[in-house]
Amino acid sequence: MKNRWTLYDPRLAWMLIAPVLLLLIFFLVLPIAVMSVYTFFTFVTAGVETSALTTANWHEFLTDSYYHGFLLKTLRVGAVTALLCGVLGYFPAYFIWATSFKHKWLLLLLLIVPFWISFTIRTFSWINILGEQGVINVALIKLGIVSEPLPMLYTEGAVIMGLLHFLLPYMILNVYVSLESIDRTLIAAARSMGCTSAQAFREVTLPLSLPGLAAGLLLCFVLAAGSYVTPQLLGSGRDALFGNLIYDTIMSELNWPMGATLSIVLFVVLGFFAAIYTRYMGMSQIVKGLGG
Amino acid sequence: MKPARRKQEGRWAWRLTGFVTLCVYIFMFAPIAATVILSFNASMFGGFPMTGFSLQWYGKLMANEAVLAAFRTSLWIALVTAAATTAIGVVTSFALVRFDFPGKQALSTLVILPALVPETILGVGLLVLIKAVDQPRTLLLLVLGHILLAVPYVVLITQARMVGIRRVYEEAALSLGASRFSSFREITLPLLIPAVVAGALLAFTISFDNTSASLFWRPAGVETMPTQILSMLKISISPEINALGTVMILVTVGIPLIGGVLMQSLTKLRRRGEPKEEAK
Repeated sequence: MKNRWTLYDPRLAWMLIAPVLLLLIFFLVLPIAVMSVYTFFTFVTAGVETSALTTANWHEFLTDSYYHGFLLKTLRVGAVTALLCGVLGYFPAYFIWATSFKHKWLLLLLLIVPFWISFTIRTFSWINILGEQGVINVALIKLGIVSEPLPMLYTEGAVIMGLLHFLLPYMILNVYVSLESIDRTLIAAARSMGCTSAQAFREVTLPLSLPGLAAGLLLCFVLAAGSYVTPQLLGSGRDALFGNLIYDTIMSELNWPMGATLSIVLFVVLGFFAAIYTRYMGMSQIVKGLGG
Repeated sequence: MKPARRKQEGRWAWRLTGFVTLCVYIFMFAPIAATVILSFNASMFGGFPMTGFSLQWYGKLMANEAVLAAFRTSLWIALVTAAATTAIGVVTSFALVRFDFPGKQALSTLVILPALVPETILGVGLLVLIKAVDQPRTLLLLVLGHILLAVPYVVLITQARMVGIRRVYEEAALSLGASRFSSFREITLPLLIPAVVAGALLAFTISFDNTSASLFWRPAGVETMPTQILSMLKISISPEINALGTVMILVTVGIPLIGGVLMQSLTKLRRRGEPKEEAK
């Protein structure tokens, strides 16, 4: 039996991918499919729903401005975070790439270390900086600049700062990977033909690093717009994002059909942005960024 | 523009880049440093100013049964997740790199989706599915969920390394009469080890850190370390939480660092006795 198989037999390949395929089907594809069906179920009371099909959930979502507000705010926070990440992340990526510093690996390692530190801890540690007894307020009061602690924590700014803190390494690594793939002789060529360093950067380096920047922007936007923990810890009730809305709808109100509807909405909206991105850039850059 | 002025401009741009880089690094690590410092604060309140040095919060932490239970739970879940994800990831990337089969492109896209879909959506989806088929939330489900979240990273890491291992080595072993399994075990796996270790460590930390999805998937009454921290934070930020954060940082940063150092010395030892093997 074994001898009849060719060396790279597709049948063997199927056996090898069977575990991951089962996992993806049962934990990714099927849940999203069932969730789509659930959006048409009828909500009776907390925790109880019937399979009588209805469009009530979609109707409620499409007509109630409460939900629209949440969606717009989530997209706005995601976009602001992604743009800030792009601006602030490009400098370090460029610096690490261009520096003649011998221990470049150390700078890169320091970017990877945050990935190892628990996200919850990294987020709550901002309370020690921004809180009423945090570094900034205590220092400002000691110096006599303010008499009352500034309300910095539990604001949208604090949420964005927390997201920035979480997402900057993603952005920097994405841009860095893209810069690394640039042929450095191109820049030397531009300089030898009379470009100033600024011109060489604008005409050669920047355009060639755009794929990494775009991948980073998409990644930061999607992860920020899908966040749950950061608004929960650093924001007030008013700063809750779509992820928190979904969590409360399911875990507190036990309204499963509406929770499913909101999840599908978020999935479709974020998928829409990802689709636009892959339409123009393809998936390869994201893969490089995640694996780097 | 005069060349001198041009040069000046370039230098200022470079200085600005360096300055922003420095600020970003400070931004990345200042909150963490503050947390570590505050964990030694003698004050009753979790905040500045420092009133004295004390280890009492660590003592209190060690006596906190809920925290210890959550730590043990997370540790077990992370260990099982790391082992299972690494096995699945290695086999998957072997198939993706060495074989051609229909749907390969689709699978390699599908496999990285769990890293891109927000955890809230994955969390709700799985809950809705098990509610639809009337199954309870179990630890097994939580572990399988964590495997799903870690699989994209492990596949990407092992795949990148697998591409660099030439298939002629395996084929040579096969032609000399080795079975498929022993050629994989004796040839491919040893060459893949750095990626296997890196993938396992990453899977461990992904599972150990996971918060949002675990909030949905954990069985009633079970707390993992991050969900425990979250519920402690609901009351207030206490010095005890800062101490807990510091311990967690030591564990999650220490393990990969020690692993990395071990790996490096291991490969150095190996290199001595072996002919050059890597060809890209």
